[in-house]
Amino acid sequence: MAESVFAPWNDPDEKPLIQFRNVTKRFGDFTAIDNLTQDIYAKEFFALLGPSGCGKTTMMRMLAGFETPTDGQILIAGQDVANIPPNKRAVNMMFQSYALFPHLTVADNIAFGLKREGKPKDEIAARVAEMLRLTKLERFGARKPHQISGGQRQRVALARSLAKAPKLLLLDEPLGALDAKLRQQTQFELMDIQEKTGTTFVIVTHDQEEAMTVASRVAVMDEGRIVQVATPADIYEQPNSVYVADFIGDVNIIEGTATPGSAGYDIAWAEGQSAFHAKSTRDFANGQRCFLAMRPEKVAISTDEPDARNKIAGKIIDIAYLGNISTYHVELPGGRMMKAQTANTRRLSRRTLTWEDPVWLSWTDTAAVMLEG
Amino acid sequence: MVSLTLGFAFLYLPMIILVIYSFNESKLVTVWAGFSTKWYGELLQNEAFLDAAWVTIRVAVVSSTIATVLGTMAALVLVRAGRFAGRTLFSGMIYAPLVMPEVITGLSLLLLFIGIGLDRGIVTIILAHTTFSMCYVSVVVSSRLVSFDQSLEEAALDLGCTPFDAFRLVTLPIIAPAVISGWLLAFTLSLDDLVIASFTAGPSATTLPIKIFSAVRLGVSPEINALSTIMIAIVTVGVITASLASKRASTRQQAEERAAMRTS
Repeated sequence: MAESVFAPWNDPDEKPLIQFRNVTKRFGDFTAIDNLTQDIYAKEFFALLGPSGCGKTTMMRMLAGFETPTDGQILIAGQDVANIPPNKRAVNMMFQSYALFPHLTVADNIAFGLKREGKPKDEIAARVAEMLRLTKLERFGARKPHQISGGQRQRVALARSLAKAPKLLLLDEPLGALDAKLRQQTQFELMDIQEKTGTTFVIVTHDQEEAMTVASRVAVMDEGRIVQVATPADIYEQPNSVYVADFIGDVNIIEGTATPGSAGYDIAWAEGQSAFHAKSTRDFANGQRCFLAMRPEKVAISTDEPDARNKIAGKIIDIAYLGNISTYHVELPGGRMMKAQTANTRRLSRRTLTWEDPVWLSWTDTAAVMLEG
Repeated sequence: MVSLTLGFAFLYLPMIILVIYSFNESKLVTVWAGFSTKWYGELLQNEAFLDAAWVTIRVAVVSSTIATVLGTMAALVLVRAGRFAGRTLFSGMIYAPLVMPEVITGLSLLLLFIGIGLDRGIVTIILAHTTFSMCYVSVVVSSRLVSFDQSLEEAALDLGCTPFDAFRLVTLPIIAPAVISGWLLAFTLSLDDLVIASFTAGPSATTLPIKIFSAVRLGVSPEINALSTIMIAIVTVGVITASLASKRASTRQQAEERAAMRTS
């Protein structure tokens, strides 16, 4: 048997740690959060993902206590936090700019929150040492923030926000200032630390890869609303809207009209072209407008006509060689473009496909997701 | 090169002459009669000057300290509070005394003190100096606060500080250089002030600038030269020390940042 999967959101007996109940936040005329309801469970690594201005940072700042909702309620561990100031919340935040205190050493930065609790000195020292070890900063305790590198500063910020062992840790674009390699490495460190400490993490990011890598669930946001909340795999494979499909990864979107058929639906998408076939968990009426969302890696490309239910001939316009994969931009009859991806699994394969080649694209009935809009 | 020399001569020649003549043996200011430090000795015997100097220093210390506290508070409100009704009026009123002619400030304060029946003396000078130097402090401090990363204060709150603790433990240490230079500015303004002090001073307390000014009206004595030389020396030493200290701090910070880059 498979070991039990971490999915408290599917367990009706599980009590959520954080509850947003019909929360609205307005700044003057601008509605940052629009009647939002969402539960987040203990020990989750919850990612808020969206373009800038979608309200993700506002959600986080409301959890930290720096903003108060205009309407609705936020509950943390069942308690309404509306009247609890930031310094009284068992919530800590790691700031985008790190916000390290420049006049204090690394160790004093980490000890800052503990000192405010009035803990005994030796206890504080022990906790600081533990945090330094956890973030691999043992050698830098006596340095000032300007005496360490960007990656180290980021780890100090993390250590400082974890020092008080908060129930909930908020991370505001924590890795934005790091270069790609360091970021990837830190993402894994973050997951590791999250598992070790058992803290609930809520991370705000606009980097979809980051959200997919670290999160147990991803919430895709748009204009103050959560469009979809799901595991990274579900977000990618079963987006619930064109917005989500388009926001996460690369996708081909084909608009058409659905007709229920023997096994699934036939989708008429252009005059004079044979219909595509797709299965759907959603029901569509006869003649309903629909969108087919199809990931490029699920589209096969070949020179000979394949034996498949969905196939179409086209011409290669562009090839993007990315080392591990190649993406082909193929022009279909009528001028529509479609992307197909192949993995370059062999080092010295014959790459027979080149620009202007006539090719066939094909995919299975389950390759595409049918969406209403 | 010539113009530079001329410019510096224009700036510093009068002071150099003053310093030279403070060591003049003769009682006549314009006639050189040999080197002597006797005027410095006489200055130390002159009770009136010493009293005035003592008053000036007390006024400067007290008024610049009060002005620093009030000016910093005003700067915090102006920078932080965002938009509130009357914000423009408030900030305009803070900065107005900067451009107000001193004579008017002095006169209006005089009328006020007479109006409320406050006897003129050291207290009234302190009040007057606090009023106008507070504006300078708030200008200096608010220019630093504008570039202050507010998330630092939020981080302090987030880690359990009360708003006052956040200010005391995080904001104040970081803006301290600006607060200190605001204090120094207020201190020198107060030391320097003649006009406002002469409106608000009473028979019980006279500041050094007033004393010098009234003494000079009876003729420039070498004693005044000696006194001025001492003041020039104090100011020069202060300015040089401050600039050396800040230069050292900034070069050390840069060296440390470079070191951090290498070890990363």
